[in-house]
Amino acid sequence: MMTSALIRELRSFLSPSAVLHQPEDSLLYEYDGSIEKGRPDAVVFPTTTAEVSRIVRLAAKHGVPIVGRGAGTGLSGGALARCGGLMLVFARMNRILELDLENQRAVVQPGVVNFDLTLAVEHAGLYFAPDPSSQKSCTIGGNVAENAGGPHTLAYGVTSNHVTALELVLPDGEIARVGSALGDAFGYDLTGLFVGSEGTLALVTEITVKLSRKPEAVKTLLAIFDSVDDAAETVSDITARGITPAACEMLDGWTLRVVEEYVHAGFPMDSAAVLLLEVEGLLEAMQLQAAAIDEVCRGHHAREVRIARDARERELLWKGRKNAFGALGRLAPSNYVLDGVIPRSKLPQALRRIREIGEEFGFQIGNIFHAGDGNLHPIVLYDPRDAAQFERALRASAEIIRYCVEIGGALTGEHGVGMEKSELMPLLFSDADFELMRRVHDAFNPTCSLNPGKIFPLSKGCGEIRTRPHPQNPPASA
Amino acid sequence: MTAPLTNATLPARLESVIGSVSVLADPADCAAYAVDGIIPSAVAKITSSEQIREIVRFTASEKLALLPTGARTKLAIGWPPIRYEVALDMTGLNQIAHYDSADLTLSVDAGMPIAELNATLAQRGQFLPLLVPFYSASTVGGIIASGIDSPLRQFYGTARDFLMGAEFVDGAGKLCKSGGRVVKNVTGYDLHKLLIGSLGTLAVITRLNFRTFPAPITGSRGFVASFATAEGALALRRAIAQTSLAPLTLDVVSPELAKIFASRAPSAPEISVFAGERLSPQASLAPIGEWFRPREWQLCAAFAGAPEVLERYARDLTRMAQDAGATSTAVLDDNTRPSVWGRLREALAMLLESSPAAVVFKLGLLPAQHASAIMKLREIAERASIPHAQVACAAGPVFFALLPTTPVLVGSEHSQEWLCHCAAQIFESVSASKGQASVLFAPTAVKESLRALDVSSSQRTGASNPDRTDRGLMRRLKSAFDPQSIFARGHLFNHGGRL
Repeated sequence: MMTSALIRELRSFLSPSAVLHQPEDSLLYEYDGSIEKGRPDAVVFPTTTAEVSRIVRLAAKHGVPIVGRGAGTGLSGGALARCGGLMLVFARMNRILELDLENQRAVVQPGVVNFDLTLAVEHAGLYFAPDPSSQKSCTIGGNVAENAGGPHTLAYGVTSNHVTALELVLPDGEIARVGSALGDAFGYDLTGLFVGSEGTLALVTEITVKLSRKPEAVKTLLAIFDSVDDAAETVSDITARGITPAACEMLDGWTLRVVEEYVHAGFPMDSAAVLLLEVEGLLEAMQLQAAAIDEVCRGHHAREVRIARDARERELLWKGRKNAFGALGRLAPSNYVLDGVIPRSKLPQALRRIREIGEEFGFQIGNIFHAGDGNLHPIVLYDPRDAAQFERALRASAEIIRYCVEIGGALTGEHGVGMEKSELMPLLFSDADFELMRRVHDAFNPTCSLNPGKIFPLSKGCGEIRTRPHPQNPPASA
Repeated sequence: MTAPLTNATLPARLESVIGSVSVLADPADCAAYAVDGIIPSAVAKITSSEQIREIVRFTASEKLALLPTGARTKLAIGWPPIRYEVALDMTGLNQIAHYDSADLTLSVDAGMPIAELNATLAQRGQFLPLLVPFYSASTVGGIIASGIDSPLRQFYGTARDFLMGAEFVDGAGKLCKSGGRVVKNVTGYDLHKLLIGSLGTLAVITRLNFRTFPAPITGSRGFVASFATAEGALALRRAIAQTSLAPLTLDVVSPELAKIFASRAPSAPEISVFAGERLSPQASLAPIGEWFRPREWQLCAAFAGAPEVLERYARDLTRMAQDAGATSTAVLDDNTRPSVWGRLREALAMLLESSPAAVVFKLGLLPAQHASAIMKLREIAERASIPHAQVACAAGPVFFALLPTTPVLVGSEHSQEWLCHCAAQIFESVSASKGQASVLFAPTAVKESLRALDVSSSQRTGASNPDRTDRGLMRRLKSAFDPQSIFARGHLFNHGGRL
């Protein structure tokens, strides 16, 4: 438990507003975008790397666990204090430290909001490619921790593909730099390991990213289908033909109608599914690609393939896509967005199986997802006050993820394992895999003081968590 | 160096442990697996991951050192290992375990030759953009472990961008995996990324999962523009970077390398450049045309697409080259393009063949630093009267080679002291440009001399930024993967022995 001595020592070098420890304050940090909870005992807002290092050393001295947090938009419980302790919120480390436009690099603090970086460089025809749906609020530090994706990662890759170097604070307070501005550092690819390690190995305090050049031409297509199978077959066929659109998103008819009522983007209310496709690049190449995609869609019985006439129409379609999960809030008190990934050749059968699982468990399950990547986001609507229903939602979700693994997929495509899926990890990994992951974890975070209770199943996790869960936050029942 | 035949009974003991596996013990056979003159006492030609686990456990219990090998084309990369008793020959582990062409994903054994793999993928119009030097022999496992990539990184990125997962045997003799077989995946730590460029020091790679790409077989072209100065070629490259053009490759070749290209063909002149080309793989590379000017700097760009796209590239590149002051430009079709791109792919191999004592540096520098860094390095080489050559990839490193005309002998004109002196200056210079320099290839005697330098400068041979603090973190990783330090000791870092 947090001692008053620790609070006093934190206050000795942090401003009063940078240390919160009253229950009504820490309550606000007990949740993120997931269905999990975990309340910190105190929350601090560092402004410099040196402060982070000092805070971490103090926490280590007092034997208090620490967890880093960006905007708290994560969907797997990665930024929750599962075992209580001290939460470091990076909201005040939000400066863009360096823009090197000629070399297409930026150096940012972890609290910089994803889309703000694009706003800062778009005058030079550049942008930051990873574009999670929460990009107007999520932070780049959080993107790094979770190796975040987004619709356009189909063509441009996930966060990891755009990060070349990091400054880190290790759990003992040591400050280290890994990688290089070019991204081809000598030796082991430590940057590649730390990106996506979900804050369990180190706290990231500075990030060097690649900036991408905006394409000269963009075309957004909306392909409308009368059956989900046809839409799914279209995605598999586009992939198999080696066509790589910049984005290829699917919305099924049920979610589409909810979204349309909310956003008024012009989505057809009577369709079974739509594909939102984007092609971009050289004008000549884009036109050919759009024609090829149009042909595949029509070959799979698309009722109509619309092309956005201007930037306003394009933005409206994307607004529908990116605000979809919010729109679903109109239907039920809560929704559970799953994140599974499958081989793209198996998309039609996977969507059929998800529908069956929904029927078995008595849920209507919607699908709004990155179809081109095979990254599924089934959405289960439920009422968290109904314990039996919540339990059923969890079981349906686990069943879907189990099926993804069964057909050659993985547990999570972009949301991370966090608290949500740690108990499902044995579906993919053997004891030998866990032993090695454990040794790698312990090489950097030997006392498990940093973000305990994440990624690893509790039975294979830190000894301390196995024996002493935080009284406020008993481990999830899973 | 002499062969340290540490244990004459080792081969027999090894045979008793792994049974039917083929163990080579004849020193003449083992000599083919030498690294920097160190000849292993035994070679195990394995055919299964189970055998690898047994061998790793055996070497751990006997406290021996082991090095996995593929086609052995890039084993010379790295420092001389401190110990090396057992070579693992991985070439018998060479099957495609899984290929879902409709998903563009693949799972392949480490010992599979890349050329053979790409021939299979070509039947589905796909390829793996690992068109590395020594292409016709290289195995996929060797490519990943060596960390060498190809001019195609300009468009496709490096292996870390399309390696999705791996299986490997760790230092405890256990078969482990990370990642998966899907194109997007954040389940667990990305341990497979650590294997890239690890030189066999972390684990024995048994299987690799990649995403594949549609091969640019229908319509690809090359573009070559010649310039009197490096600045001209680099200015054109900068101009291209500011457009929406996205060439597959974009390299600037120095006059000295252009001369090597014009006067020689690579010793393995496989013509296939972008895999899947419908050309005879046996045909030797045609001589380079006279539009390739050996006394000038050349900018080489490849691009692919439909006829309209090819036309746009040819038109825009020619115009931009003329604006940048090119002395000549040429657009190359399927018949002439391989003559240049076959050589570009093999550039490192051709540099090594062109000198009896080549020292090849890999310089991690951002594009805007290339011009001044290249000029400084050329001055260093010229002051020392050592011939040199270089190639700069727009999205990647600069390869800078010192190419003495005689073998390195103490006291000779191009003595190893001279080379080391030059190397130290190169590290200083690249460090001053905020870049990283590492030695990829060097004669063993030169490596030994570099190793003998004091610790601070020998550390810089790995990574020239003096303020880097990541060496300690790498050491922790090595211990996590290989607690008893049986894999390729001392091969990755120049001193200390623990890596």
